[in-house]
Amino acid sequence: MTTVVMTEAGPETGLPRARGELSDAVMRALTGALPWSRLVEVTATDDEDALRTLWIAHELHHRGLPRFADAEWTPELVVVRRRLEGELEQRLRARAEGHQPESATPDALLDFVRQDAGPSLSAYVQRSATREQVLELLWLRSIYHLKEADPTTWTLPRLPGPARAALAELQYDEYGGGRPARLHAELFARGLRACGLDARENAAIDDVPVEVLEMNVTLTMFGLQRRLAAASIGHLVAFEASSSAPSRRMARGLRRLGLPEEIAAYYDEHVEADAVHEQTAARFIAGAMLRADPTVADDLAFGAFTCLDLERRFAASMFRRWGVRP
Amino acid sequence: MSDHVDLHVCPNGPLLIRGAVGVRAPDGTVHRTERPVSAVCRCGKSASLPWCDGTHQSLRTPIDEGERR
Repeated sequence: MTTVVMTEAGPETGLPRARGELSDAVMRALTGALPWSRLVEVTATDDEDALRTLWIAHELHHRGLPRFADAEWTPELVVVRRRLEGELEQRLRARAEGHQPESATPDALLDFVRQDAGPSLSAYVQRSATREQVLELLWLRSIYHLKEADPTTWTLPRLPGPARAALAELQYDEYGGGRPARLHAELFARGLRACGLDARENAAIDDVPVEVLEMNVTLTMFGLQRRLAAASIGHLVAFEASSSAPSRRMARGLRRLGLPEEIAAYYDEHVEADAVHEQTAARFIAGAMLRADPTVADDLAFGAFTCLDLERRFAASMFRRWGVRP
Repeated sequence: MSDHVDLHVCPNGPLLIRGAVGVRAPDGTVHRTERPVSAVCRCGKSASLPWCDGTHQSLRTPIDEGERR
């Protein structure tokens, strides 16, 4: 089976634990224990191993794993990354086929999100989740919220003029409108700290289920690949349009349990911010892309479906984990 | 969109206002915003008045259809 590099995993290197042949090999390559040329010969043990490897490759493009920043564009790693992204995209497109919205006009995208009837984690948090369950949820969500909005920033220079101006306006709000303390990622970090949780980026990586890995690598893949710019924006529309009401329910649940105001404040901010963003993302970003090039409709719809599909699968996995029927 | 505007009425949604503004509520309170764009509630059902909180999404009668009747 796998040789797990226990001594290299952990807070010193920032490397997560290996979960199979390929994630083990990539970490050995990063730490110099395996020549890069050997990496391309290794195949993933299973989906989790593949997603974990992709997450590590992506993290080198983000802020994580600073010790290994030089490896970001290592050709063998890029080869592996592209192969894993290809497999992931194929799987996601197969899931979307026949289920993604047929039209990608702003109103069609917003209607599609409104009609989604997936299991609701926020409704459960509002009414009946325990304190431990809510802290666990915040912990697992921290992988994304501590780099909130970052993957979509990569899409910015790929968009036509009007859409680019509108996304810059949206991201400016995500990044605090010029005030570091208002950065959404920083609001979440402050909330985590107030709850007594580790707020360092990626501290939760060894605990997250495969669904969280898939959410994160999908969003990063959409951002990194120019070809997938419309999928990235379709995802953004669905993400923003499914945030306002759930954020209000989250804030109520957090206050019901007497959790710190700092973490409730993060969700308060998203009630109002995302009520704006869902409109601007659909009308000024996706709408402008569609006017500039009607052939992006299919990928806008694919991105929107994929966002809801990933969230649905994550919610189902949490309810299974808790032994709760949604 | 060639006709860039500062006020935008979203069909069955909020009124978008571009730029930092203050909104005076019926009770005289002034609510300030520093967002690049803010959304003012048009359905009247928001829990964060005067700001939109997405509640219009769950209304049985969409805002603008109600007006037409």
